[in-house]
Amino acid sequence: MSDSVTPPLPRPTSLRETPLCQWHAAHGGRMVDFAGWNMPVQYASIVDEHLATRSSVGLFDVSHMGRLSVTGPGALDWLESMLTRKVAGIVPGQFRYTLVTADAPAPVVILDDALVSRDSDAADGTPRMGLVINAGNRERVVAWLRSRLPATGVDLVDHTLETAMIAVQGPKGVDLVAGLSSGGDGTRIRALGNYRGTTATVAGHAAAVSRTGYTGEDGVEVTVAAADAVAVWEAILAAALPLGGRSCGLGARDTLRLEAGMPLYGHELGADSDPFALGLALAVNLEGRTFPGRGALTVLKARQPERVRIGLDLGSKRSAREGNPVLGGAGGEIGVVTSGSFAPTIGHAVAMALVAPAFASEGTVVEIAIRDARQQARVVGLPFYRRPPGGGKPPAAG
Amino acid sequence: MLKDVRFAKSHEWISPVAGGVATVGISAYAVEALTDLVFMQLPAVGRKVKAGESIGEIESVKAVSDLYAPVSGEIVEVNSTLPDHLESLGQDPFGAGWIVKIRPDDPAEIDALLDRAAYEALIGSQPH
Repeated sequence: MSDSVTPPLPRPTSLRETPLCQWHAAHGGRMVDFAGWNMPVQYASIVDEHLATRSSVGLFDVSHMGRLSVTGPGALDWLESMLTRKVAGIVPGQFRYTLVTADAPAPVVILDDALVSRDSDAADGTPRMGLVINAGNRERVVAWLRSRLPATGVDLVDHTLETAMIAVQGPKGVDLVAGLSSGGDGTRIRALGNYRGTTATVAGHAAAVSRTGYTGEDGVEVTVAAADAVAVWEAILAAALPLGGRSCGLGARDTLRLEAGMPLYGHELGADSDPFALGLALAVNLEGRTFPGRGALTVLKARQPERVRIGLDLGSKRSAREGNPVLGGAGGEIGVVTSGSFAPTIGHAVAMALVAPAFASEGTVVEIAIRDARQQARVVGLPFYRRPPGGGKPPAAG
Repeated sequence: MLKDVRFAKSHEWISPVAGGVATVGISAYAVEALTDLVFMQLPAVGRKVKAGESIGEIESVKAVSDLYAPVSGEIVEVNSTLPDHLESLGQDPFGAGWIVKIRPDDPAEIDALLDRAAYEALIGSQPH
């Protein structure tokens, strides 16, 4: 990996705080260092928070995620030239999952995975674009993007510290936020398709609302000014509590995304990952496009990967953890666990792993070395959990 | 019995010796701090252990913790129904939540552990 494209991550001497940090600490949040941010891992029980999100609604402070705007007459064309996912056809209010890649001598350098969006156009018709990136990669992604900005025509601004982002996830999330918005805004929120967004007034405050999330549930993510964060959070929570909803920490967010089979940067996904081997082919569009790392990705797509991402069902209460070796029939190491936990919705432990393709077929039985024990596990398709049909489907747009 | 129970700094409690055997569990504080317990590995009956040696594992959704022998001795009985009823650890720590019974090599080792007041002072000084 080239040092010039992946500057070392900064080592903050004190933890960053989101606009909701003091609220979490004052309401029983167990605060931990997450990617340099002082974040709640849980309030009381991760299992209760997880199950409340699956059955009703959970609130998550995701303000640590990076929020960037890319504006100016050249914004759309420049992002089209920088991202693995096609941006050219994106319409106002649309979101797409993409990778941010650099060009380097190494096979490919994945700097992050991200959501790219097109907000409503400016008054003069020029597109206004947004990017949401991972907290732990924010500084280096911003530095990389800035290094590639054209001399004129594109403005890149990091809004992370002046805004807050609240994920409202679960089958009751969309209706709940719509109900806190006045007539027309609420109707528009209810009508949002998946990966679509709109501006709205939520609990009396200006907000951007998108039907996105990282839990495998229906729901929305609400972005507001930092000064409005506590008022909006408390209004959403007050409406959620009578429904059986609750505030949730990053512990539940991690078990929810694991059940949903979603990769997490730094675990499944890393700088030298092969996105095709991870099942992320849909995040890479090579057709007639040019972007950093495209040549290397073309080579990766054509070859047989050494390791592919799979799901493992342990059927046990004992969990596999990241780094545990996966063993094949003869006891040799054939892969490694990338994420593992007790899965509250499923009732036992599951894991994601990278293994040799010969062991990736569903139904294959492997062993996982967990400390002194050997735990059998069966290869299963991802995701482990799929939300029931109906509840999560957006209504027909009116 | 509750009055005379002693605690290790690693949050195990141990009862006074009765009939040559003492009962071991973990404190309610430890259960509260761990939360979301899902798995427990118990030691084999008959195993000889040294004080401070790991005799099992307690796993929560987030992490695995070792269970340590508070004194040296022999494991003479384990609560084999406990792994399927981990809620007993928090609800009835000195009753249904007992973990192992140990025959101490030297019962005086128990007296050297923390009494209730000293243990409460210890956990009072720890961040939640």
